[in-house]
Amino acid sequence: MNINFTLISQAIAFSVFIWFTVKFVWPPLLRAIEERQKTIADGLAAGERGRHELELASQRSSEVLKEAKQRAAEIVLQAEKRASEIVEEAKKAAKEEGDRIVTAAKADIEHEMFSAKEVLRQHVAELAVAGAAKILRREVDAKAHADLLVAIREDLK
Amino acid sequence: MAAETELTPSSYIGHHLTYLTTQVSEGSFWVLHIDTLITSIILGVLSLGSIWLVVRKATAGVPTRTQAFIELAVEFIDKEVKNIFHGDRHALVAPMALTVFVWVLMMNTMDILPIDITAKILENVFGLHNWKIVPTTDINTTFALALSIWFLMLFFNVKVKGLGGWLHELFCTPFGKSPLMWILNLLFNFIEYVSKPLSHSLRLFGNIYAGEVIFLLLGMWAATGVSGTIFGAILGAGWAIFHILVVTLQAFIFMMLTVVYISMAHESH
Repeated sequence: MNINFTLISQAIAFSVFIWFTVKFVWPPLLRAIEERQKTIADGLAAGERGRHELELASQRSSEVLKEAKQRAAEIVLQAEKRASEIVEEAKKAAKEEGDRIVTAAKADIEHEMFSAKEVLRQHVAELAVAGAAKILRREVDAKAHADLLVAIREDLK
Repeated sequence: MAAETELTPSSYIGHHLTYLTTQVSEGSFWVLHIDTLITSIILGVLSLGSIWLVVRKATAGVPTRTQAFIELAVEFIDKEVKNIFHGDRHALVAPMALTVFVWVLMMNTMDILPIDITAKILENVFGLHNWKIVPTTDINTTFALALSIWFLMLFFNVKVKGLGGWLHELFCTPFGKSPLMWILNLLFNFIEYVSKPLSHSLRLFGNIYAGEVIFLLLGMWAATGVSGTIFGAILGAGWAIFHILVVTLQAFIFMMLTVVYISMAHESH
């Protein structure tokens, strides 16, 4: 139980062990632990960033969706307007076409009526001449009475 | 064995408490306890060396089981140091705390090994008589550690505060700057500086030494007869189990005091 040289040798051994731990044991382990902590911290930060970006993206997508819906509504509105315009135009064109056809038909009818009247007048003049001939019992000379016949024809107009 | 014929309680205990010595030089101081020195170096090399072997391949990725265990221990110690010491602990204090804890724990744990069986093995297999296997029951070991730490404490006192700052602290704390108090302050600090290494080393030594003596007494009881053997064995087992706690606790206390003393040297009052 006496103090002796063992104390000094043990102190030397102790300092060697401390030196060994400081130099070789502590640093690699500390490096590994700190590196792992950094990795974990980075991972957590990346996760947080990803979450944030997802939030932004969903916000953006909802904006885009809203815009697209608005655009679609506009397009439908324009299409409806255009459709009604087309219908209107078609109606107008049809009406014009119809009017034109009616006018042409009326002109035709008039023409037909005119030529029929002409034919009828011819027939009436002939009948009148024939009647007059019967009354007079003799042939009316067309050449002798040409001026008369022309006068009658003129009267029937 | 020649000793067995003349086995008496005092020779039994004396046998177990005798060191294997060698005379280094003339004089009573120049005696070396070879058993203490060799055992403690073997234990230190074994424990710190095996930690080093694991740590050398330490990975920042998924650790192996062994690495995880060592990390657990190291982080536990690092956390304790962090709470007490507020400087750059990785430069010296934290690794030193690890060294102290592991080494002292290993040396203390030798106490749990059955004392007579290991003595017989050492005698008959290795031919070593009087080989004490518990280095911390040698007061030289505990004083060596405590004094090394004490010198480190003085060194950091001067390094951090400067020689003037440290002398100022010696004279002016804890009772104030008044010149009337200088002598009292100095006396107080003197007592503190003397008592630190004494209590530091004697606490460890006393606990482990007392533990060993109790094992020896129980072993002696076991030699008295059948009932003594039975009770000696039961109580020995009980004491060994309790001693697991004492051994760990004393190593932990020794480490904590080391950290506290060194960090006190870094901080002004």
